[in-house]
Amino acid sequence: MPEQVKTEKVRYNRMGQRIVSPDYLLFEAPRTKHFITGSEAVKEAAKRASVDASISYPITPQSEAAHMLGELWREGYIGVYFRGESEFGVMSEIAGCAMAGARTITTTSGPGTLRAMELFPMWAGSRLPIQLVLMARGINSPLSIQPDNLEIYFLLDTGCMVWHAETAQELFDMIIAGFVVAEQPDVHIPVITAIDGFFISHTREAAYLPPEDIALPPYDPYKAPMPPIDMEMPPGRFMRDPFVMKSNYISYATHASWQFEVRAAIERSRPYAKHYLRGLVEHFGDPEGEILFIASGTAAAQAKEATQILIHEEGIKARVLRIKTIRPFPTEEVREAVKGAKYIFIPEFNVIGWLEREVKRALYGYTDIPIFGTPRVGGGMTMPPEFIVQEVLRIIGKEVKHVG
Amino acid sequence: MSVKIFKINEDLKEFMPQEIVDLEEKATWGNPKRGVMDLPYSKELIEEHSLCAGCPESAAFRYILASLPNPEDTVIVNSTGCTSLVFPHIALHTVHPLFGNQNSVASGIKRVLEWRFPDKVKDVVVIAGDGATIDIGLDCTLQSFFRQEKITTICFDNEVYANTGGQDSGATPKGMEFKMAPGGKQWDKVPMWQLAIDSGCHYVARLSVSSPKKVEQVVKKAIYVAREVGPTYIHLYTPCILEIGLNADQGLWEMRQRDKERFKFFEYMTDEAKEVIKRKKEEGLL
Repeated sequence: MPEQVKTEKVRYNRMGQRIVSPDYLLFEAPRTKHFITGSEAVKEAAKRASVDASISYPITPQSEAAHMLGELWREGYIGVYFRGESEFGVMSEIAGCAMAGARTITTTSGPGTLRAMELFPMWAGSRLPIQLVLMARGINSPLSIQPDNLEIYFLLDTGCMVWHAETAQELFDMIIAGFVVAEQPDVHIPVITAIDGFFISHTREAAYLPPEDIALPPYDPYKAPMPPIDMEMPPGRFMRDPFVMKSNYISYATHASWQFEVRAAIERSRPYAKHYLRGLVEHFGDPEGEILFIASGTAAAQAKEATQILIHEEGIKARVLRIKTIRPFPTEEVREAVKGAKYIFIPEFNVIGWLEREVKRALYGYTDIPIFGTPRVGGGMTMPPEFIVQEVLRIIGKEVKHVG
Repeated sequence: MSVKIFKINEDLKEFMPQEIVDLEEKATWGNPKRGVMDLPYSKELIEEHSLCAGCPESAAFRYILASLPNPEDTVIVNSTGCTSLVFPHIALHTVHPLFGNQNSVASGIKRVLEWRFPDKVKDVVVIAGDGATIDIGLDCTLQSFFRQEKITTICFDNEVYANTGGQDSGATPKGMEFKMAPGGKQWDKVPMWQLAIDSGCHYVARLSVSSPKKVEQVVKKAIYVAREVGPTYIHLYTPCILEIGLNADQGLWEMRQRDKERFKFFEYMTDEAKEVIKRKKEEGLL
């Protein structure tokens, strides 16, 4: 008598990739080393994410990622793809795709983000789990295509989740996690996965990728909190009487409560993001560091370098708290991390210091530790670690020994 | 076909509002021959409406919804304006995206529905005002035509931004005075039907809604052609009686006047569209 074999039904997506759980894809599948750019990380992630639709529009530095999503469509990994007429058009078209029940991804940068701005609150209000990969660049004017992440500030209160990746590797993992978290029925809002343009999009680095023949389970639009627009479910006549443009207390209350609900959905994403991103923050350096950098994206990478110099060359205990999710903002993690610090520095690749504002808001009334929003560069300027160290030494009143 | 989505669970029927029960029992589903002649006898897909008394736009809505050949699988995308107040009263899947991006959103919906349901016919119809179609949304409108999206675009042209209180639009005729054209509009009415032809629409019609039967015919033609060939466009005169100073019972009279001049019935079709229309006539569907 043959041995009883335990079988599990193997499922495949439309492209013939074996469907695996998000946990398997992100944490358990064997990985091999590749040497890729951030743009290629977008392609590699989308390839393993059972994506239904992507719409593109050219703008530097995100164009290459968008080209490669087109290649995936041509190869059959993505169902719908075309170039739209403008970012406003593209973000509208991708909204239509998501409303019709598709898992969607699109990309943009700088002025394109601002051109499309009207759409982001609409995505959130319509509870569309669209993924926008944002490759941040300067905002005009004067014309700039250089790395500068000012645009992220404009997106913080659109009702979308906003995550900030530090490396191509993290972008790859964040894109896959982004779909999983954004599509949770109790979250179901857009996710913006941001990187600093050029620094990540155009530079090549080692990344470990799972095999290409496995992929995320396909999106199931019938688990969405709002019915997909496909006439396969009873019409959602939740507005028997349109509340817009009615001047009465019920209409105001309806609109206000919906705005709160979108923000509450961001809050509900916390446990999922913590699991799939392995924490909303990363700790780096000497756990007893009295110099604490709080940073995200490429600024965090530079702060880590500066931390090494401070520890090993200046003999100063230093550490980095890297923020992975700006929305939801890791308020508790930040409050916990500042314990023991004497100085907090927030280096940023933008002139206004949006992360400094976020951190100060989280810490108001919780600590007396001085917070310095520096160094801060913009317009494409680089932020060498030596420059960060110099700023720190100057502010804490120590002699600048090794750099200058 | 998704008629089943309008079936009510028997155990819950007694708790359902009458108009929802009527939708199941008295609306015309699964019958492509449905039309405006059913209006007095069947449950309409629009429950009341929130427009002014005697508004020709409300008549246009009723005729169009009565004429959809496949309402059980039709999605409607609209835009901001008086029309957007009506959509929550429609018993189909409708979307209010933003002001002016209706054709872009409809493009995304249509393409994904084709990808998700390759064996079903899902019609996507855009209904928007002249400001949304011709001014703020012109780029999205024309680009969807250039891309040959298989959607039907219907413009309710009342020649004015009515919902915001009466400002001139691209569709306002030259010389007509509105609140942002003191002394009269300085340039001509945009010939949107001509732009639609030049931009690749396969069926284009311009008319007023004075004749329900005529509206039914153009809506059916436009939807059948869009389904098989490419973009189609209908330009309807639905005057804002409020903004041009007419009484609630004068809308029809106004449309009949314009039927003789700038809204004289006009129809254009490509050879491919003619073939579809001929076939649908032979099948008794037109």
